[in-house]
Amino acid sequence: MSVGIVSYGAYIPRFRIKVEEIAKVWGDNANSIIDGLMVYEKSVPDIDEDTITIAVEAARSAIKRGRVNPERIEAVFTGSESHPYAVKPTSTVVAEAIGATPNLTAADFEFACKAGTAAIQACVGLAGSGMIDLGLAIGSDVSQGAPGDALEYTAAAGGVAYIIGKKEIAAEIESTYSFTTDTPDFWRREGMPYPEHGGRFTGEPGYFKHVTSAATGLMEKLGTKPSDYKYAIFHQPNGKFPSRVAKMLGFSSEHIKPGLVVSRLGNTYSGSCMMGLAATLDIAKPGDRIFVTAFGSGAGADAFSINVTDRIEELRNGAPSVEELLADPIYINYSTYARHKNKIKL
Amino acid sequence: MSVPRFWRRLKNVYNLIGTQCENCGMYYYPPRSLCPKCRRSSLIIPFKFKGEGEVLTYTIVHSATKDFEKHVPYILAIIKLNEGPNLTSQVICSPEEIHIGMKVKSVFRKLGEESEKGMIYYGTKFVPLLNHSGK
Repeated sequence: MSVGIVSYGAYIPRFRIKVEEIAKVWGDNANSIIDGLMVYEKSVPDIDEDTITIAVEAARSAIKRGRVNPERIEAVFTGSESHPYAVKPTSTVVAEAIGATPNLTAADFEFACKAGTAAIQACVGLAGSGMIDLGLAIGSDVSQGAPGDALEYTAAAGGVAYIIGKKEIAAEIESTYSFTTDTPDFWRREGMPYPEHGGRFTGEPGYFKHVTSAATGLMEKLGTKPSDYKYAIFHQPNGKFPSRVAKMLGFSSEHIKPGLVVSRLGNTYSGSCMMGLAATLDIAKPGDRIFVTAFGSGAGADAFSINVTDRIEELRNGAPSVEELLADPIYINYSTYARHKNKIKL
Repeated sequence: MSVPRFWRRLKNVYNLIGTQCENCGMYYYPPRSLCPKCRRSSLIIPFKFKGEGEVLTYTIVHSATKDFEKHVPYILAIIKLNEGPNLTSQVICSPEEIHIGMKVKSVFRKLGEESEKGMIYYGTKFVPLLNHSGK
């Protein structure tokens, strides 16, 4: 019996900061950054928002959209690289706040930007084997970028939750394939507030090698080619990388267009690729086939082949779409941004 | 607030779980173990509030305690839930936006933290009910 997405929900904080505003503070050329990254603005969490609150809002949205009884959820896994506690799970708070406790398993995942898709894979395994009825896989982050670092232009906030099961599937996950190596392209040491990265080294040996390997691996496994898919989503740390990797693999700009939300959102790290998938599911029709490849530094990539079913229409208006969440932002200046991101210590 | 004190009412704060007296139909938040109207005839059961209501009154805080310095100016309001009970909560919006009668809905936010190394308290706050057609 097949396994897939029973429901999904997203959450994006309302605050945004424009690239021009950040560039003004550091004396950078905003136009060249926008051209280079293909990112115009990024989301910023409110002062009282963090990975846990975002994960809860996304999970509640998924439950509402699919009219799911939370007591059916028997596994909660939250992927993030900004869990508020070093020890004390995000997932237990989420489980309690959605009313899924106490008869379930829960754990936090960490694998840079692909912790959320690793959580989906774990849920696919548990639900597919019959060990659980429904699993909740979340990617949520309030990602960090040091003041003045290139990451500051893209490190954003947001989260996406997927409920995985075998019954009432809105999108069947027909197969998944991963490619993982020890590649130190990006890291954050315990107790450090901001990550370090290898600059351009994050590109070729990191992102491109892993994404292309996982994507071609899955297509070879299934005997499919890009033209077999209606849509494609690749991890979007900026707009340039997913556009380039899509071209390298033979996908067109039309394939990636609905899911390429990074230009108006920034990189939501563990939520990045999952947000692109949510935006695509928002407009997908029954019978559409979707190709997804998430990437996490360190490094690895998870590829998925997804078939949209008739039930997608039932989920359509149950919760805010990604487009609705992106609409009506509140723009803030750098000093307000610094206060929201705790860059100013009082 | 001590960790056990917060933990004891965690389910109520996370999910707006109060009580209802099945005898008279009254709703209570925070939860009551006895209906003050029915007294011995009370039939108290847990009740999860939908999380929608309206602002009865509010104040804008400009001079805050140390824990809330970063939030200034922030709004504290008395909110009448649609089911009946009133509660005090922060409303997340700009001071220009808040008004008596404003329709609000609950959201999950950080309520505070003990210290940089202490426990983080989560729970319910309210935001204006104006986005996404009430979805």
